[in-house]
Amino acid sequence: MSLPTLRRGELVRVALFLLAAAAVLLLPRLISDFRAQQYAYVGIYLIALLGLNVLTGFTGQISLGHGAFMAIGGYTTAILISDSDPALKIGSHVFSNDLKDLWTIPLAGLVAGLAGFLFGFPALRLTGLYLALATFAVAVATPAVIKKFEAFTGGGGGIQLFGLEGLTATPKTDPITFESTEGVTILGFEITTFNDWLYYLSWAIAIVMFAVAWALLRGRMGRAFRAVRDSELAAASSGVNLARYKTLAFGISAFYAGVAGSLLAIATTFVNPDTFPITLSIFLLVGVVVGGLGSLWPLVLGAVFIQFLPLWAQQLNGPLPDSLGPLSVPNFQAPGAPAVVYGVILILVMLALPGGAAGLVRRAQSLATRGYDRVR
Amino acid sequence: MAAFFQQIVAGLATGAIYASLALALVLIHRATGVINFAQGEMAMFTTYIAWTLTANHGFSYWPAFAVTLLFAFALGLGLQRIVIRPIERGPILTTVIVTIGLVLIFNGAAGWIWSAEVRAFPSPFPNDTWNIGGVAISVQDVGTFGVVVVLVLLLAAFFRFTKIGLALRASALNPEASRLVGVRVGWMLGIGWGLAAVLGAVAGMLAAPTIFLDPNLMQAILIYSFAAAVLGGIDSPLGAVAGGLLLGVGLNLIGAYVDFVGADLRLPVALLIILVVLLVRPAGLFGKPVTRRV
Repeated sequence: MSLPTLRRGELVRVALFLLAAAAVLLLPRLISDFRAQQYAYVGIYLIALLGLNVLTGFTGQISLGHGAFMAIGGYTTAILISDSDPALKIGSHVFSNDLKDLWTIPLAGLVAGLAGFLFGFPALRLTGLYLALATFAVAVATPAVIKKFEAFTGGGGGIQLFGLEGLTATPKTDPITFESTEGVTILGFEITTFNDWLYYLSWAIAIVMFAVAWALLRGRMGRAFRAVRDSELAAASSGVNLARYKTLAFGISAFYAGVAGSLLAIATTFVNPDTFPITLSIFLLVGVVVGGLGSLWPLVLGAVFIQFLPLWAQQLNGPLPDSLGPLSVPNFQAPGAPAVVYGVILILVMLALPGGAAGLVRRAQSLATRGYDRVR
Repeated sequence: MAAFFQQIVAGLATGAIYASLALALVLIHRATGVINFAQGEMAMFTTYIAWTLTANHGFSYWPAFAVTLLFAFALGLGLQRIVIRPIERGPILTTVIVTIGLVLIFNGAAGWIWSAEVRAFPSPFPNDTWNIGGVAISVQDVGTFGVVVVLVLLLAAFFRFTKIGLALRASALNPEASRLVGVRVGWMLGIGWGLAAVLGAVAGMLAAPTIFLDPNLMQAILIYSFAAAVLGGIDSPLGAVAGGLLLGVGLNLIGAYVDFVGADLRLPVALLIILVVLLVRPAGLFGKPVTRRV
């Protein structure tokens, strides 16, 4: 198979992508250790958002339950790592306990992807609202299922990975500087802190998966996905196999979610049912909507948004002003402010800017060129 | 055998709560084709209003109940007019996301205003049991069931015998034609949302005394109500009520007699019901199958 040739304009994109990738990999040298951890989570969210957008943004299948696929990925990794004896064995090859967490990442993706692919079959018969409903129920029911199969999942107590041999690096906080220590040397590079390790790990994977998503979506498959989204009828009558592409979209999407869930488990060195609550699924949807449905680049913004907004909104945490009258019962540690801010932004974006950040950029572009497709 | 009947009676009471919320979902879906994911959180929020009225403002139960229903109606009406109307004709994804936004807002706001602490919610019914032929029936359950029955009858009468009820039905059935004969369809949809919020508020206030009040009060109940609405047929009010009662009794019996399910796996069972019904008979037990013209 020969490599597909790049179209005009795509060369520029590839160059920009490589530049951005280089910048992302240089960033830890400029930011503090603490920030490196936060941006590592941005990378993890980005992977999940890419997956969700393949399904919802490009193929038009609503999923309110992507946290469930992340849970499958996270638990796959946790179970494989915590089960240190016998060592992970696939076929005749035995993986050593060193770097074992790394090997579990693609496996987690595959397990979740298979689950997604299988879920795609019943989902074939569910359109629009009904799919939203079913996936929402999946997300709500997930913690109960995890708790039930205690022998596998550790029940409500979860699985502790901290300090296990299978982890490549273990977080350890320096008692004086509060920086994470315990670095790792991999492929000849020395990474000095755990958080930097986390950052490089999640972003290296995110960059690769971003490129893969782009490559998959630019060709025949991407066209088929979009055709399914825009009109199933038209797509089917032009020869797009609906069943194949919908289940494929579910599978790919869940693969991404599984990888993200696996990374989340490695990053937090702990999983329990509350690692993957219904709010996680909803926040993923928020991230995709803020970035822009059917976009790739702007998803980075969406990922930054869902990582940093709660931190920012926490500063709002406090009593509501007394001016709210009978409603206000002062209390000083109320949670909930981030959720309110999320909700308001979600609705405002849908009302005023249905294209998200991507739509904003498009609109600015068309205003600048004043030419074609101004009215999008 | 007495234990069996006891499970059924208890199931009817929880089923009545599901039925009430399922009816709210059906009401909105019939009129606008929207599934309101925030229905449960709106119900939870209005239940907090009732709680704060009784706990902090010296209301006794029934006045607080009435004020809460008024508040719920205004809330539903206002939301439809302000938030839902602009996106009414938009794609399904948009309306789903907007109602998810409402979920976040109400859940967050309740925690923000009243904290996530678990609260005891007063019940208007005495904490007694009646003994009928060896079956112990809690008065609380009978009261819950009774309130929902009265509510459903009132609602049915309202739709059947009043002019507004007629206009509501007309605008759900055929908005264009209704507009031509002078029905203000927009406001009718608003009233529909208001009534749905009232139904939700009743469900919340009936559920809170037994399972206590916190911002996640209605999360599981919403899923059961989805299952009930889907089971009965998402466009059939009668189906919603029947589905709710069936589900309440069914889940109670399964929980009691199927060891594997127990109390922990009720939500997954509800999910399974949703999936199976949607796959096997998407119109539900009481709905008319939808035929699509291609």
